[in-house]
Amino acid sequence: MSIALDFDNGSLVAKRKLKNSIFKVGMIILSILTVSPIVLIIYELIVKGFRQINIDFFTQNPPDTFEAMMAVSAGEVIPGGILNGLTGTLLMVLMASVIAIPVGIMIGIFLYENPGKIYSNIIRNLTEILQGVPSIVLGLIAYLWVVKPITGGYSALAGSVSLAIMMLPLIVRSTEESMKMIPDTLKEAAYALGVPYHRVVLKVLIPSSFGGLFTGILLAVSRVIGETAPLMLTTLGNPMVNWDITKPTSAMPLLIWEFYNDPNMVDLIWGTSLFLMIFILIINLISKQIAAKKKIN
Amino acid sequence: MANKNIAQINNPILSLEDLKIAYDSSKYAVKGINAGIKKENITAIMGPSGCGKSTMLRAINRMHELYPGIRTEGQIKLNGEDILKMDTIAVRRKIGMVFQRPNPFPTMSIYDNVIAGFKLNGVKLKKAEKDEIVERSLLDVALWHEVKDTLHKKGTFLSGGQQQRLCIARALAFKPEVLLLDEPTSALDPIATSKIEDLLVKLKKNYTIVIVTHNMTQAARISDYSMFMYLGELVEYDKTKNMFTNPVDQRTEDYLTGRFG
Repeated sequence: MSIALDFDNGSLVAKRKLKNSIFKVGMIILSILTVSPIVLIIYELIVKGFRQINIDFFTQNPPDTFEAMMAVSAGEVIPGGILNGLTGTLLMVLMASVIAIPVGIMIGIFLYENPGKIYSNIIRNLTEILQGVPSIVLGLIAYLWVVKPITGGYSALAGSVSLAIMMLPLIVRSTEESMKMIPDTLKEAAYALGVPYHRVVLKVLIPSSFGGLFTGILLAVSRVIGETAPLMLTTLGNPMVNWDITKPTSAMPLLIWEFYNDPNMVDLIWGTSLFLMIFILIINLISKQIAAKKKIN
Repeated sequence: MANKNIAQINNPILSLEDLKIAYDSSKYAVKGINAGIKKENITAIMGPSGCGKSTMLRAINRMHELYPGIRTEGQIKLNGEDILKMDTIAVRRKIGMVFQRPNPFPTMSIYDNVIAGFKLNGVKLKKAEKDEIVERSLLDVALWHEVKDTLHKKGTFLSGGQQQRLCIARALAFKPEVLLLDEPTSALDPIATSKIEDLLVKLKKNYTIVIVTHNMTQAARISDYSMFMYLGELVEYDKTKNMFTNPVDQRTEDYLTGRFG
């Protein structure tokens, strides 16, 4: 019995072509299903939220319920904006970065320099576990560590600490990965010039992997910028702009939650969500650009 | 332990005394080498793959210390002083090294690559001093006229051969006493290779050069002294002319005539 493939057999070839096209169509449908949520989300946000995006949106604090109600019943755009949330998010993400970036980069370099050691494996696994800790639990921890003993009340500092803990594992991981991309020969070149260890790290390793480090940082920022749960337990919110890190502070995701609880502020929910979404999207796009450009060959 | 196959060098700048290097506890990659390196000469180290020639060379500026687990025994003396007891950083400033693959710093310009040794060590130089070092070092490696108009471009834009000369210039900027080269032309084409060979012959007026090479004819062309290593031992060490015309050891002869390697 012959088991050779018969390529001249017309019906067999037609059958294969059919199978091929079914497979192709299936893949295309599944790909469309995968990308459609993001497209629909952006569509909904734009349709429902674009009316609120105006100059006041970035320069004013939120209106009170009465003002919002008057505007809604008159069919006008809700006055006021999200300045307190914008500044609060900026303040807290900045502080969280100041805490998490140096620590994360140093841990990442340590892991890269000591691969295979028992303590490196322990640290690596622990950071991975940290990444899986629910954000609300981190909020509780920051409440316990910062709100109660240090600031004696809800504060931007406590919020930053919880965000920093969330950023850490991402930065550690991306630092280690981008350090691994640096060829050993580059390190040897620096050592052969008699450069001491700390200067090799600061002047050769970090600049050479800058693209990777920066991408990791941006992704970590975009990850925490929309976090709500830990901030509820740590910074609470504030109707006014606040720059004092020991005082309760607002943030964009907190504002969305507050607007949600007020039936008169529906449009502001969409406006704020749209802006937050676009902001995160831009950060992601920038980090992709940098990652593509700064690759070491 | 005077071996008749090993040339005795008077007043060596570098001397290896019973040098042994092990990658793990039981197996030595370099098994007790005794040799002197003559000042302002080119000494070539030849041998088949895995004979320990690169391992030995890298011991001379203590590169092995970057990798835990590699053990170095014996003594390496630079002007009579044991470098294994000196400060690593001081050793590496006196003994420059050029690697197999050109490795300019990708984040730095050509100019900064030349003075990288100063920059990375945090040595502050005046602009005029920097200019002078860059020009002198690039002239030394015959690269100045090719790059003088593009000094502030990235070093990685140069061709492989130019990059390798840039790396030599970087090592020379410190005016080291000894320049170690680990198969510096193995990644280069013949024209780039011959440029580097000419350059090394010129440089030996002021520098002591030790070069590891796979390429016997290269050793014959440029070196004054040659070492032949086999399985971690120094089999023969003599003036290059003598070794290539009249090798003493059978293994050297077999290698040079291409019977193995």
